[in-house]
Amino acid sequence: MLNEILQILDRDARTTPEQIATMTGASTTEVTNAINQAEKDRVILKYKTIINWDKIGNERVAALIEVKVTPQRDVGFDAIAERIYRFPQAHTVYLLSGTYDLLVMIVGKTMHEVADFVSQKLAPIEGVQSTVTHFLLKKYKEDGEILNGKEEVKRQPMVL
Amino acid sequence: MTTRSKNNSLISQRAIQISPSGIRKFFDIIASMDGVISLGVGEPDFVTPWHIREAAIYSMEKGYTMYTSNSGTPELREALSRQLSDAYGLQYDPFGELLITAGVSEALDLAMRAILDTGDEVIIPDPCYVSYRACVILAGGTPVMVPTTEQDGFEISAEDIESRITPRTKAILIGYPANPTGAVLPKEKLSKIAAVARRHNLLVISDEIYSRLVYGVNHTCFASLPGMKENTILLGGFSKAYAMTGWRVGYAAANREIIAAMTKIHQYTMLCASIMGQAAALEALKSGEKHVREMVADYDRRRKVMVKGLNSIGLPCFEPKGAFYAFPSIKSTGMNSEEFTEKLLIEEKVAAVPGSAFGQCGEGYIRCCYATSLPDIEEALSRMKRFVSKYSK
Repeated sequence: MLNEILQILDRDARTTPEQIATMTGASTTEVTNAINQAEKDRVILKYKTIINWDKIGNERVAALIEVKVTPQRDVGFDAIAERIYRFPQAHTVYLLSGTYDLLVMIVGKTMHEVADFVSQKLAPIEGVQSTVTHFLLKKYKEDGEILNGKEEVKRQPMVL
Repeated sequence: MTTRSKNNSLISQRAIQISPSGIRKFFDIIASMDGVISLGVGEPDFVTPWHIREAAIYSMEKGYTMYTSNSGTPELREALSRQLSDAYGLQYDPFGELLITAGVSEALDLAMRAILDTGDEVIIPDPCYVSYRACVILAGGTPVMVPTTEQDGFEISAEDIESRITPRTKAILIGYPANPTGAVLPKEKLSKIAAVARRHNLLVISDEIYSRLVYGVNHTCFASLPGMKENTILLGGFSKAYAMTGWRVGYAAANREIIAAMTKIHQYTMLCASIMGQAAALEALKSGEKHVREMVADYDRRRKVMVKGLNSIGLPCFEPKGAFYAFPSIKSTGMNSEEFTEKLLIEEKVAAVPGSAFGQCGEGYIRCCYATSLPDIEEALSRMKRFVSKYSK
């Protein structure tokens, strides 16, 4: 049941326990309990929105940074990853397979702010061998949502 | 002046005999309105999954733009034969017992024309999908309607069928899961119908286009009932399960004699189903299963919201176990179903289909399709609530 509740919330975090109860056939109390437990277990971390900041003229600069690191004895990549993700500017931190190790997404107000962060904070960390910074030019789709424009409805309103 | 046939009509009696679709006028009203929420569509709101569309595009890029074999591409028939075997344990020879058609609609028409002589009777549940009666009439047959009621969950009973059998009865035409009611016939009831068919040597045409859309119950394929494979014309398709309505691909599975007769008509009238559609259908069979499951899980959630909502706003609705329709009673409002749907559309901008479009026994009900987004279903329900409380007696 939890799986189904999570699927519903993943699509729309504002779905109420009553609505979920109707959809799943469980009782409202069961759904509320399952959600509370999931929050406690940190299965559900947070409820948030997907915002198209460009639309309200709130310019933000984002960059994806490839980071090559030297893994450390016993802790591997985790210790360096933690040093990076502690910075609030680090929006997302992933460990990847391939030609580099960590992918870090930085969000800032200006390109300078992002560049300064990379050169002054990220690159000097011990164990960081090299960085490659890619500034983000345009977002087309985020978390499954198309940012500009919506798929038009192509169905006829009445079909037998 | 040239003489025209006996009644001086340009149009044949046969064409005159079939009534026009009951929803024509709604199109015109909707066209003049903004912000209509439609529960009137009989098709998925999902777009065909991308991998299926991509397979069709690829086949076109490769230049597959010609006719196919009349029976359909061998690959598709083979894949279909495997699927019917996996799903129901039915063995259909892809070369002789399967025919790919332009949707179930064509398959139904072919089946009727292949088996009916003028005046032959076909027993059909009422209410039922709009094409059933028309196809029988166009093939020269006589539809014999068997009333079904909400109390019986709109399930047709073997006794009611048997009581309508005459020396002219040729076949029984059923479609479960049902459009417009969402009813699913349990296996025991189907078995009883099969027994009647065997006893009176009748063919059964089973339209199973909604076979994949069942909720909490299993679908029983009519042809899989003991001894029924030889006497069943199984009709199925890709439209509903894989969200492929516009591709027009369906199929018929039956014994060699019937498929040969249907193929003959098909080759003179349709030639073959479109090759792009068949390429898409093949991909759907090969790897569409994941999407089917996701879509069914989604429909199930919407179904529960719709049924609970309708019941709570004063439109009692029995629980549909299949397809994607709810069929609530509107009798408490004192309106007939056409009045109700027309007023609902004009006053609250919600489009539904009057039950009367599906036969006399559909009067007093409306068909609400829940293959539409959850927010839209909820908005439609709240508009309908306002409407019902205004008119409820």
